Amino acid sequence: MGSAVRILVCVKRVPAPGAKIVLTPDAQDIDSSLLGFAISPHEECAVEEAVRIVEREGGSVTVMTLGPPEAEEQLRSAVAVGATSVVLLPSDVPDWDPVSTSRALVSALAGLEDEQGEPFDLILFGNESADSGGYQVGIRVARSLGRPMVTGIKGIDTGEDSISARRETPSGWEVYRLPLPAVVGVKEGINLPRYPTLKGRMTARRAPVTTIEPVAGSSGQSKVMLMTPPDAGSAVEILGEGPEAAPAIVDIMESLGLV
Amino acid sequence: MSDFPSSARVVVIGAGIVGNSVVKHLAALGWRDIVQLDKGPLPNPGGSTGHASNFIYPVDHNKEMAHLTLDSQKQYEEMGVNTVSGGLEVARTEARMHEFNRRMTSARSWDIDSRLVSPAEVEELVPFIDPSVILGGWYTPSVSVVDSLRAGTLMREYAQELGALSVHPKTEVLDIETARGRISAVVTDKGRIACEYVVIACGVWSPRLAAMAGASIPLTPAVHQMIDVGPLEVLSATNNEIGYPIVRDMDTFCYERQTGGSMEVGSYAHRPIFHHPDTIPSIEEARLSPTELPLTMDDFDPQLEQAVELMPFLGDAEIKYGINGLLSLTPDAMPLVGETPEVKNLWSCAAIWIKEGPGTGRALAEWMTQGYPEIDPHASDIARFYSYMKTERHILARCSEHFNKTYGIVHPREQWDSRRNSRISTLHATTSALGAVYFEAGGWERPHWYESNAGLLDEYGDRIPERPHEWDRRWWSPIQNAEHLALRDRVGMIDLTAFAIFDVTGSGALQFMQYMTVNQVDRPVGSGIYTPLLTEEGGFRSDLTVLRMAEDHFRVVTGGFDGARDAYWFRKWLPESDCVTFTDITSSVSTIGVWGPNARRLVGKVTDDDISHEGFPYGTWKHATIGSIPVTMFRISYVGDLGWEVYTSMEHAPMLWETLWEAGQDLGVVPVGAGVYGTTARLEKGYRLMGAELESEYNPVEAGLARPKVKKADFVGREAYLRARDEEPAAVCCTLAMDGHVSTSGTARFPMGGNEPILTLEGGRIEDRKGRVSRVTSAGAAPSLDTYLLLGYLPPEFAREGRRLQVMYQNELFPVTVARAGSKPLFDPDDGRMKS
Amino acid sequence: MSIFLYLVEHDRGRIDETALGGLTGARLLAESRDAGLQAVVIGAGAATAAEGLDAYGAELIHLVRHDLLVDYGPDAWAESLAQLAGTTGAGAVIATGTDRGNEVMAQVGARTDLAMVANCLEIEPDGDDWLMTRVRWGGSLRERARLSAPVKLVTLAPHSTDAAPAGEPAAGTVAEFNPELDESDAVTMVVDRVTVSEGITLATAPVVVSGGRGVGSAEAFDIIEELADLLGGAVGCSRVVTNNGWKNHKFQVGQTGTVVAPDLYIACGISGAIQHWVGMMNAKNVLAINIDRDAPMVTKADWAVIADLHQVVPAISAEIARRRTLAAESG
Repeated sequence: MGSAVRILVCVKRVPAPGAKIVLTPDAQDIDSSLLGFAISPHEECAVEEAVRIVEREGGSVTVMTLGPPEAEEQLRSAVAVGATSVVLLPSDVPDWDPVSTSRALVSALAGLEDEQGEPFDLILFGNESADSGGYQVGIRVARSLGRPMVTGIKGIDTGEDSISARRETPSGWEVYRLPLPAVVGVKEGINLPRYPTLKGRMTARRAPVTTIEPVAGSSGQSKVMLMTPPDAGSAVEILGEGPEAAPAIVDIMESLGLV
Repeated sequence: MSDFPSSARVVVIGAGIVGNSVVKHLAALGWRDIVQLDKGPLPNPGGSTGHASNFIYPVDHNKEMAHLTLDSQKQYEEMGVNTVSGGLEVARTEARMHEFNRRMTSARSWDIDSRLVSPAEVEELVPFIDPSVILGGWYTPSVSVVDSLRAGTLMREYAQELGALSVHPKTEVLDIETARGRISAVVTDKGRIACEYVVIACGVWSPRLAAMAGASIPLTPAVHQMIDVGPLEVLSATNNEIGYPIVRDMDTFCYERQTGGSMEVGSYAHRPIFHHPDTIPSIEEARLSPTELPLTMDDFDPQLEQAVELMPFLGDAEIKYGINGLLSLTPDAMPLVGETPEVKNLWSCAAIWIKEGPGTGRALAEWMTQGYPEIDPHASDIARFYSYMKTERHILARCSEHFNKTYGIVHPREQWDSRRNSRISTLHATTSALGAVYFEAGGWERPHWYESNAGLLDEYGDRIPERPHEWDRRWWSPIQNAEHLALRDRVGMIDLTAFAIFDVTGSGALQFMQYMTVNQVDRPVGSGIYTPLLTEEGGFRSDLTVLRMAEDHFRVVTGGFDGARDAYWFRKWLPESDCVTFTDITSSVSTIGVWGPNARRLVGKVTDDDISHEGFPYGTWKHATIGSIPVTMFRISYVGDLGWEVYTSMEHAPMLWETLWEAGQDLGVVPVGAGVYGTTARLEKGYRLMGAELESEYNPVEAGLARPKVKKADFVGREAYLRARDEEPAAVCCTLAMDGHVSTSGTARFPMGGNEPILTLEGGRIEDRKGRVSRVTSAGAAPSLDTYLLLGYLPPEFAREGRRLQVMYQNELFPVTVARAGSKPLFDPDDGRMKS
Repeated sequence: MSIFLYLVEHDRGRIDETALGGLTGARLLAESRDAGLQAVVIGAGAATAAEGLDAYGAELIHLVRHDLLVDYGPDAWAESLAQLAGTTGAGAVIATGTDRGNEVMAQVGARTDLAMVANCLEIEPDGDDWLMTRVRWGGSLRERARLSAPVKLVTLAPHSTDAAPAGEPAAGTVAEFNPELDESDAVTMVVDRVTVSEGITLATAPVVVSGGRGVGSAEAFDIIEELADLLGGAVGCSRVVTNNGWKNHKFQVGQTGTVVAPDLYIACGISGAIQHWVGMMNAKNVLAINIDRDAPMVTKADWAVIADLHQVVPAISAEIARRRTLAAESG
């Protein structure tokens, strides 16, 4: 890449539940009253990857999110780990379907690119969001912008005018080479995201947040309600409380034909 | 499960540091058949113990808390889980430096080694502190870090090895059953356990459990934020869980505590964040644990800069982990210990921190076993609350107010700001018009002095020493001294509506009252009797007056501060049969005190009743009429001058006041506040105060309140009382006079009666043969004696009039002389003024 | 009669159970809507992959061929599929919700500006709409969703239907389809492959021995690895382990790691947080080794040992070794 790489990362604010998810009484949402929120894990890695590229090559990392006003918290956490600037598309509508989300992002993105006079060299998405798992927002954005996109990426090498991206397969890697500007869907494992430093956090606290009103829309997909999967119940058989359980365990392995 | 018990003597709910300590000490005191439950797993059931920062700063201004903490630290030490790290507090303000002097003083009282350190010395102790941001520090070498989870396991094992305890984790309590106001069973998801006693030691969940039994444990779960910062080379290089002293950055309300290669930064600076016991997530729902909620970073952010300012190396360290940890807060920031007033045999041991856990567990076990603990639990007693104080709004308001004072500088006389006027007498409009400045007394708004008396300063100003130090002047006015002198010269009227008043009636009333009180209350109708109430161990439980209203009717008048505890105490001993009826009539009675040389002339103008000395002797009461108002008058005095407590129905109080007030105009009547009633006039008369001189660790002989004879009737604490009378007292309550106020720094200082140590001329601490330290229990001006008096207990060899000693105040020494050993008043020693 | 297209995923001609399961699911869906099922096989190796699809109910098998379709590429595949859908007038285009399946279908959605619903478990008609139950939170939650669209684009959650041949084989007529593609569609084509190991992979191993927070350190994973070796299985781990740096992310099992479905999953010192559970809940058998009797992993397991894994795991390895020695001696 040339000097001053411009990277945009799109992230989503998602709740961080415990071992049991509780729904709101109307079953429209997760009861998050006592939950923390985070950047969806794949996207957290996307932010880290962008920061690493820019640390290596110079440039800027813009992080953008569509979400409730509280999503500012996630944007600031991105600044704390190295994002240069952040953009919030505030919305009180809880669940944007993938088509509407991508339209809102494209509209905001176009505005940002107009402003800076050139496109972002690289736009990173998470492979899929932790909560709704639609697997498509990044692809729809890329298509609208007419830029190539590959997903499931766990490795990015930057070149002068292109990047090479790796996707993990059971036997190794598939390699893609995309001309810039390009869009990549990143998977957790591409890196181990850093924790914010105190100084990073102090910077984040004062960072300005650019706000762009998102353009709402709708598509053919709508949520009716959420449900928790049926509880299988516990039928566990306790084989023992110490190493003396080993023979019983190996008996089972034998019965499964594994030993 | 087949091994789940169907019955137990006592069920202890909770397996955090408190529950574990309770089961250990119950077992040690001989209890058997103890069942301990927790809904979480062991060894960390997921309550506040599991995320505590586990350090102990032993110095506390409060004696009860200091002793509970010291005992706890000793217990941790004995269990081998106490790691001494040393602990610093650092100051960024002059006010904090002043506070460190106060801490030095308390450290001396409790015999804890500590010292003031310069910024350079701070840097020597903790090299990663930037000394330029601090004015100084205060260092306590014995500050330690404990393993509270391991301690819990050891304590459970102790009880298990005695065969006293069965433990059932992951057992949720669904209900607590009572029968006739008494505990009968605990219902769990694994079965029902019939039992005699229940101890609730469930920390933040305690209110929920108490409610199952129809009782109240007034606390709120509140957030304390912590972040874990690392890795830090300097810290890992110590190869230690804790290699550097803990640092409390007092003026930013934060602490920094090493934990291995990281630094834990904790804060009490953020906005108060409360949760409700019913909405704390379950173990399954919680991402970390039920009491480790997600960190709200916005709230922590402002503290980061302060932390980096003090310890620059933190700036590049990573925030690896952070929580909004839940802990328990109470309306007055003290624990909730003791039997609940609502349900017999339901005991609370809640709102307790790691530092005082084992000590409080021991105290509760002693309480359940012997009737009262060794360390007086006066300030922790759960019975101390009036019902309105246990409402959620009151709890939240008060906790909001004091949360940020966790590391604050709290003045001994400091008043609450929130939820005032919760309890006001019908005299409130009248006293407000007179410019009353109110202090809270048992929730009541009680005039402490009257701004309308400012004019008295012209008259008496030259007899009132200035208090040049702002700290000594705070929550005080020279008007108090002026009111005192005016009362002594003329006559004063005092609003005493804050009294708690009970009626004890019925065929068994006499026998019951005799059993409750030390002094003879079987006196003729019309008598009024002052009497101590004792614990079974012979220490003070209360002191109050009793009016014999009729053969089978006694009226009890006690202080507002202890009214709720006293009501609990009477109810606790009520016989099962209905031959005694106990009624709290506090809310229907208002009391006005009229005292001073002109008191008889004043009252005489508005009553036709005989109020002559002969017709209305001291220590008697009468029904009378003042103006148009029916009243009950009791000839008694806590101020040492002639006069009466005048009781009337609450609705008549304003008219009664107006009648007396009008009558007093040409007699120089002044409104007088509790500053005189409770402090200056009291001290001149050497009267002891419950909660100050009078506490369960001292007996009537030591307090100088033993009467020549002991009544024949049995009473609570009688045996212990008889034993105390037979032996040489280990300490004698004395009045000391300050010989000089000017410190080495050249400023006149005025001790407050906040446990300042009384020292020998050589500077040595004085302990009596029972190990109790001599300290100032009350202090205040004696305007009529032109001196400043202190009360405190001294061993007999020091309790000699004329004996010269020293008092430490704000880390400076002041000369004092024993002015009186025993209870004979310094002012008007023969009581001629009030008894003629 | 409308027709449904099902995209058969293959790796240079090789198809697996997941694709056959998806085809089975698509057939059941088509049957319920009285639609005809047609399979789509794209690119090099398509002919090989098409063999036997008739047994699973494919009435017509489209072999999509073009010079540019030399390997997998999301744009080229999606463009081809979209053109085929247009040509055939398909009422629904279906794939399995794998990495590729979701990627291609999202590209089809982007090209046609139609909604695409990923990872459906159940689908039922509601007038012209479809009401579906789909996977959220990697399987720990489900969503009831409505899809209103002239052409329904969906992916089926992997493993939601077991592969099962149709009662009687369908015609299985093979037809070639040549889409119009240009160089721009080939930009995202795989350009290279790196083979890392031919050994047992986490995703396909018959046994996974997985360690969590309870393992305690990177070094302590030795005993986990030893047992995995003895069983010819793979080593896995939880997210905590990755975050602590004890193991590389490629060992991570879970929502954001690898999803596994072995014959036996041995969870050592793993509490079983949702994030992890959804990565291994399709395991056929689960053995948990944990000191906490009430850890979610223990309560959901088939068998459990309530003990310290540091003692139990070496004991299992020793027991296996002992039996093998005995067998060798007696043999």
